[in-house]
Amino acid sequence: MSPQMIDRLWQAGLDTLVMVGASAGIAVLAGLPLALFLVTSGPGGIFPAPRANRVVGMLVNGFRAVPFIVLLVALIPFTRLVTGTTIGVWAAIVPLSVSATPFFARIAEVSLRDVDAGLIEAAQSIGCRRRHILAHVLLPEALPGIIGGLTITIVSMIGASAMAGAVGAGGLGDVAIRYGYQRFDTTVMMAVIAILIALVCVVQFAGDTAVRRLRTR
Amino acid sequence: MAGLAFDGIREPGGWVATGAAEARPVSVVRAATGSRAAGTVRFETVGKTYLSAAGAVRALDAIDLAIPAGTIFGIIGRSGAGKSSLLRTVNRLEEPTSGRVLVDGEPIGALDTAGLVTLRRRIGMIFQHFNLLSAKTVRQNVALPLAVAGVPKAEIGPRVDEVLRLVGLEDKAEAYPSRLSGGQKQRVGIARALVSRPEILLCDEATSALDPETTLSILSLLRDINRRLGITIVLITHEMSVIREICSDVVVLEQGRIAETGPVWRVFGSPEHPATRALLEPLTRDLPEDLAARLQPNPVPGGATVLRITCSGEAPDLSALTAAAGAPVRLLQAGIDRIQGRAVGRMLVAVAGADPDAENRLRALGTDIERIGHVAADD
Repeated sequence: MSPQMIDRLWQAGLDTLVMVGASAGIAVLAGLPLALFLVTSGPGGIFPAPRANRVVGMLVNGFRAVPFIVLLVALIPFTRLVTGTTIGVWAAIVPLSVSATPFFARIAEVSLRDVDAGLIEAAQSIGCRRRHILAHVLLPEALPGIIGGLTITIVSMIGASAMAGAVGAGGLGDVAIRYGYQRFDTTVMMAVIAILIALVCVVQFAGDTAVRRLRTR
Repeated sequence: MAGLAFDGIREPGGWVATGAAEARPVSVVRAATGSRAAGTVRFETVGKTYLSAAGAVRALDAIDLAIPAGTIFGIIGRSGAGKSSLLRTVNRLEEPTSGRVLVDGEPIGALDTAGLVTLRRRIGMIFQHFNLLSAKTVRQNVALPLAVAGVPKAEIGPRVDEVLRLVGLEDKAEAYPSRLSGGQKQRVGIARALVSRPEILLCDEATSALDPETTLSILSLLRDINRRLGITIVLITHEMSVIREICSDVVVLEQGRIAETGPVWRVFGSPEHPATRALLEPLTRDLPEDLAARLQPNPVPGGATVLRITCSGEAPDLSALTAAAGAPVRLLQAGIDRIQGRAVGRMLVAVAGADPDAENRLRALGTDIERIGHVAADD
């Protein structure tokens, strides 16, 4: 590989990291409150609002139903509104976040729902208010599952970010398509695949380690 | 195990002392609970109806009950009898659909959120499955009620140490609950319930998930807490042995209604309701099989009459019994318990001969006697 190609791969790797990192950050910031809302606003929850719960639940399902490549295109007007452009790393972050948020919210929701109702009852019995229950019971008790869910989300976002390359977002997927596929450069293709595998392994390992630490205490 | 430390406090007169909790020094209670010497609960025609797919289910039906301060009050019933619902109306984890609950004379149904939070800080609760937060250490679990109440950190530390010492877990403060045994977990639960100096402690099947030995150590800890701090303890259980071990009064629930209520010795000694008898069944000795096989309905020449004597309060006077029988008396089987200082139980005796007058003389002594049958001489 030429030095330019190594440079290009390095830049693409950074782009992928920025895309995935920023979208994962947004997915957590938006997805976690969404998951808490879905769990606590249901009938019998601590913030009961069954109608809003149903509406939000359907919205989440709607976004989850649309394949990422379709969402990417369908969101172009919204992306332009937010970032002022439809190409490049920052433009890709918008659809990536929109896709990852409901995905992560549903996974986090499962972990939050798994928190034993007896713990919430115990917290109420010692005089916890609802915000205390969120801070001291639901979030810490579900944390291992939430971290595990975040790992899954990031890994699937690394995959999705490669598709974003198709609309000119840059990143490793873009390099693989343009050089590896269109110019038959097998070495580049292999290099990209190796980098992606390494990336996924690192993320998965970090996530598993964090979950194990939290679970074995 | 740490629990054994409390066994030293259990003296032979333990039953009496539990029943005589009203005699506790009031000054100590004041010191322990801050200001009030209180802890009464009153249920007034409390009802609870659930709506389920199968229609309305009546879990509680017009419950009227007063729990005096400082007692250990047992609520017993089969599963589904409504005992858990009843207990949860005391701190409003469950809202009654009719009637009202009064704590220290104050109706709690009308309390707003702030009032409810304050009420719950006066009422501790422990659970069958302990319900400890797995992400927090023992110390953090026990400190939580104070932390969410806004108590300054400098006060929380010493208070947590104090209650951990009380339950015998001072060396486990930094451990996570997953490292503890069931008995230790329940001790943490008790410490968490006591840390805000409540006047009432609700126990929801607190020993049902524990082995018999640990159950006894937890029960003696509860009795010790009741005596030392003067806290009213309301416990629900499906095991009569738990009631016998520590309660002074008991109410038997059956299908959401009160079947029977009274001092434990009386309910145990002369159970009136079939539900009570059913619950007592595991504690009652059946007629021994070999004896049952030889029993005959009619007198046997040269044989003996088998009588069942039931004690509910008075310890049987054996010499008076023998004198009244006017014939040799053999003790076949006996199980007499002492509950709150009273003799409760049954015994089987064989009185030689088949003299109906002997039975009448025994009845005249005020003994509760039932003729079971007759046996041949060699029994």
